[in-house]
Amino acid sequence: MFKLTNVKYKNILNIDYLEIEKNKITCIIGESGSGKTTLVRLLNKMISYDQGEIYFKERSLKDWDSIELRRKVSMLSQNPVMFKGNIRDNLLIGLKFSQRPLVEDEVLKEILNIVKLDKDLDENIYNLSGGEKQRVALGRILLLPSYVYILDEPTSALDEKTEDEVIKAIIDYVKKNNRNLIMVTHSKKIAINYGERVIEVSKGKIKE
Amino acid sequence: MKDISIYQLISSYLFVIILLFIVRKRGIEREKEILIASIRMSLQLMIMGYILVYIIENPSPLLTLLILIFMEGFSIYNIYKRAKVNIKFKLKIAIAISMIIGTVLSIAYFLFVIINIYPWFNPRYFIPIAGMFIGNSMTGVSLGVNRLVDDIRKRKDEIEAALMLGATPKMAVKNIIDSAFDSSILPTVNSMVGMGIVFLPGTMTGQILSGTWPLVAIKYQISIMLGVLGSVAITVMIFLYFGYKTYFNDEAQLVVDE
Repeated sequence: MFKLTNVKYKNILNIDYLEIEKNKITCIIGESGSGKTTLVRLLNKMISYDQGEIYFKERSLKDWDSIELRRKVSMLSQNPVMFKGNIRDNLLIGLKFSQRPLVEDEVLKEILNIVKLDKDLDENIYNLSGGEKQRVALGRILLLPSYVYILDEPTSALDEKTEDEVIKAIIDYVKKNNRNLIMVTHSKKIAINYGERVIEVSKGKIKE
Repeated sequence: MKDISIYQLISSYLFVIILLFIVRKRGIEREKEILIASIRMSLQLMIMGYILVYIIENPSPLLTLLILIFMEGFSIYNIYKRAKVNIKFKLKIAIAISMIIGTVLSIAYFLFVIINIYPWFNPRYFIPIAGMFIGNSMTGVSLGVNRLVDDIRKRKDEIEAALMLGATPKMAVKNIIDSAFDSSILPTVNSMVGMGIVFLPGTMTGQILSGTWPLVAIKYQISIMLGVLGSVAITVMIFLYFGYKTYFNDEAQLVVDE
């Protein structure tokens, strides 16, 4: 799915070779500051590499239109960003941004069920806790019919039990819908339990 | 209109003398500033008076255009200076382009279509109208610049979150652009609300003092106010349109240099 050869980004990342295969839950682990986030931001074309080449579906990222790519490779950043409005608005905004048809409330409720958030769709976003916001942001990205989801520390604000349940449900959802998942996590436990492929980033290099 | 003799003019300085007296007696250290301000105001206006006399007595297209260019240049420079942060070169270009296009279009429509002046460079109309349009647009764009620069920096995460989900840069900054536009035109809109009740606006006051029938004066004032509002809105809109683009590269990535 992704192939990286001799990729350099500033002094932060230096990857000789890395392949990320499809249909495999991929976990990226490493200490904070090791370059995990930089790596996934490169895949989603939020930043561009200085040297080397990254291929997505055998095509260089340089030849992909950024917006078209991001509609196939959707990413959720570490701190969940909320937009003005209620939960419904915040779930639908991803579909709006990527110019896709909106969905019925029933679909939104199913998504909330997957991310284990038992809240009314009309609830104002400012009443939610950090963990609840994080789950809304997760629901928002799962609504997108993307080819790959890149989730950067998607459960950092959740307690261990909820974290486990949510990740399990996300993985089920991804497999059932034939999508792909790349997840950055600081938790080795999650990586070991759920990762079918674990990539460790250390000081900007790949260590497997 | 009744002229003011030089002695009458001098006697108006009594106001300043009273102020200086109060300030000194109370020990408020502002004498120097008040003195300088009064002298500067008097000198600047005197010079301007003679310049205007010359221009009105010798109307020429070249002179009118020169003054227009001077006003545009000065206002653009003022916006750069008033910006709270260092603004990058590309943004300066956006400011200059929007000020020139926005105000020139509005001034042209106002002078040639609404009041239909003759000849087209008639300085009695051209210069004060251009001054009001440019001055107000300058204030609007100035507010817009500060708001845009601030918000893009503060709401970087929000913009990037939108991009990551596949938004175009335009969609990602829509909220920011809208609120910058709103806060830029708000002072102009608000100033219209109290007009005629709380205060009599400048143009109208001047015209009435110089003997214009009030019903004519208000027609000028109304059309000028609407023109000013239009000019501010068009200028700010053009600025925001070009301005936000300076924050994105060809790869639709947000570029905020710290």
